[in-house]
Amino acid sequence: MVAEDVKPKPKKVMKYLGTTFVKAELCKGCGFCIEFCPTTVLEFSKEFNSKGYHYPLMVAEEKCNGCDLCGLYCPDFAIFGVKYNNPEYKPAAGATKKEAE
Amino acid sequence: MSDDAAKSLTRDVFATKPATATNPVDPYLRMDRMPSIWCGGCGIGTTVNCFTRALTECGLDLDKVAIVSGIGCTGRVAGYLNLDSFHTTHGRPIPFATGLKLANPELKVVVYSGDGDLFAIGGNHFIHAARRNIDLVVICVNNHTYGMTGGQVTPTTPEPAIASTTPYGAFEFPFNLPYLADSCGAVYVARWTTYHVRQIARSMKEALSKRGFSFIEVISPCPTLYARRNKLGDGLDAMKYYQEKSVIKHGAATSEVGIGFQGEIVCGKFIDRERETWIEAYDRRHEVALGAKFTPYPTGLVDAKKE
Amino acid sequence: MKADPRGVLTGAHYMDGDHACCEGAIAAGCRFVAGYPITPSTEVVERIAQRFPRVGDGVFIQMEDEIASSIAIQGAVWGGKKAMTVTSGPGFSLMMEHIGLAAIVEAPCVFVDVQRGGPSTGLPTLPGQADMMQARWGSHGDYEIIAVCPNSPQESFDLTFLAFNLAEKYRVPVMVMLDECVGHMHERVVIPPAEQLDVVERKWTDQKPGQYKPYEVTDKSMVPAMCKAGDGYRIHITGLTHDERGYPVMNWQAQEKLIHRIVNKIRLNADEITRFEETDVEDKQGNVADVVVVAYGITSRVAMRGIELARAKGVKVGLHRPTVIWPFPEKRIRQLAQKAKAIVVVEMNYGQMYYEVERLAAGKCQTRLLGHGGGTVHDPQTICDAIVEVSR
Repeated sequence: MVAEDVKPKPKKVMKYLGTTFVKAELCKGCGFCIEFCPTTVLEFSKEFNSKGYHYPLMVAEEKCNGCDLCGLYCPDFAIFGVKYNNPEYKPAAGATKKEAE
Repeated sequence: MSDDAAKSLTRDVFATKPATATNPVDPYLRMDRMPSIWCGGCGIGTTVNCFTRALTECGLDLDKVAIVSGIGCTGRVAGYLNLDSFHTTHGRPIPFATGLKLANPELKVVVYSGDGDLFAIGGNHFIHAARRNIDLVVICVNNHTYGMTGGQVTPTTPEPAIASTTPYGAFEFPFNLPYLADSCGAVYVARWTTYHVRQIARSMKEALSKRGFSFIEVISPCPTLYARRNKLGDGLDAMKYYQEKSVIKHGAATSEVGIGFQGEIVCGKFIDRERETWIEAYDRRHEVALGAKFTPYPTGLVDAKKE
Repeated sequence: MKADPRGVLTGAHYMDGDHACCEGAIAAGCRFVAGYPITPSTEVVERIAQRFPRVGDGVFIQMEDEIASSIAIQGAVWGGKKAMTVTSGPGFSLMMEHIGLAAIVEAPCVFVDVQRGGPSTGLPTLPGQADMMQARWGSHGDYEIIAVCPNSPQESFDLTFLAFNLAEKYRVPVMVMLDECVGHMHERVVIPPAEQLDVVERKWTDQKPGQYKPYEVTDKSMVPAMCKAGDGYRIHITGLTHDERGYPVMNWQAQEKLIHRIVNKIRLNADEITRFEETDVEDKQGNVADVVVVAYGITSRVAMRGIELARAKGVKVGLHRPTVIWPFPEKRIRQLAQKAKAIVVVEMNYGQMYYEVERLAAGKCQTRLLGHGGGTVHDPQTICDAIVEVSR
């Protein structure tokens, strides 16, 4: 066995692993998703939804890995995470602003 | 939703970010009724979220999963799940579920209700269904209060919590629900808090696949009443308390997992055993007594739509 | 459709009213019973427990109490079965909440009350007829039920069988109001062959999931079609006031719409639903007797003896005996009140159906109550004396 055979092949590192979708109108501002996101990519918006709640915004998409823990915690089904499988993907500029459906 | 995503507890996979996407749990819910009536920071919705994941993973035909709830905040769960769902009377989802299951044993029947509904007014029904080992999954969201009616004391409220009917503090000894379920013969007993989302989903999935009376207790915040009256902060503060004070001890002795006021919460799967279900016992006894004259129930489940 | 022969005990039997009630239920297709022992009704479920394992396809469970029994049967209804529970006064009181549930979710099911002396524990082994108003009004809120009232073991079979048919036809809880005498008396009961018994099948929907709405009425009947859990309909059924989708709607408009229908599906069909038998009340020329005795259950049989005694004294008197007693035979009583001199209501209570008769007579004729506290049947002589007195 030669050292070259066991050398790991260089992988293309995916910069953007995942993102979230938020339905702002369903959110009740409980803060679970923001608190329990393992990579702290969410923050409360400055704006209110029509019921007067601040809803989560993705502020650091490069740190989101699409684990969907936010989605699992959400008592109101207002947020969910998705994964990317495309290493070439890059979010468009301004994509981290309000993503309400 | 792709088949792979449907089978996994994590989400859809995309090549690039689509303009919009549907929450994969939406098909399990009656989205035409959202937003739900639950308060911001209430943990009931979180348990329902976990339940949808368990439904995804359990491999059951969802047409054959029925959900029965009682009255109260947790009782509203039946109205939000897109399954055959029954919102019955206070304290009585378990006997309703018993009748439903015995009439059509092909159904997987899940009872989803709160601590007051299941253990105060419903206490008698709980102990008997557990004793009989009726094939049911009983999910109790325990927020130590009667939320819907304004925050009264329940059989799980610890001393000295303030409740609207114990304005000077609760003083009764509270139930230790896993202990009660264990002592009545439940074959699966687990407790988690709404902080333990992945574990809740896993326990629910296990219970859905299990034959017999399964019981899952989920400790959950009531920010509007229990937490506010007792100056415990909001739902998030409760979640942080669960994170800090919970300890996982699978197989712990259920007699030792009682919860005091803001005390340690022992979580885990405490009981997972096998026992004859009610229908199995019914068939066995009648076979012994009647021999060939007896056809085991359910006999040729008549599809009543024929004829 | 015809009765399932596996459940029909064809032949001539010597059995008591409780046992005949059990046979009537099985013949009607009842295949789920949940009950709790209570004198004098226990024999019904004892026989069910014995019969179901041999009939096949049926299951009996003795629940922990009457509250559990009265809702377990409704779970079974939504699981697709015809279901029944059995009790007496104290248990009937416990079941009231769930009778209301059955009424608002429109679950076809049968409640048997073998009445005894009350109130409370009362006289467990002796007859009474003091639950009649409770059968109609016992639960909170506005709703209608149907109630039948057998006066013999044979009628226990016949009217229990009918009770299931009425329950399915109108999607309503139906009460079988026996009393301890009829329940425990042994008499000849003839059960015909299955092909002579017509069973009303559940009004199953022919719509597909997605189309079907559990409380949408698609014909003139005011009764929505039904489905069962497990067929993909993904229904939501709640005891809260609800709309056609079954979803709770908390406003007065939804309340009015729902209550209007669940009440009127019975009230507007009362003439077809109610049943009675008359002996010597009206002749072929349309002349009505001077005195009409209204009695039901065991009391109607004692009343016949009282009527015989009165006739021997020259009084023109007949018996009006409701068998489907709720809805009460309003139209007929109003007619009789126009022509009779007096109506005497004989019942084993301090006045229950009497008030219906008095209301319907509306002063057109004299009305008299001959009631007592229960525990024994009336003395025919007192009935005769009352008849004679009002006839003057």
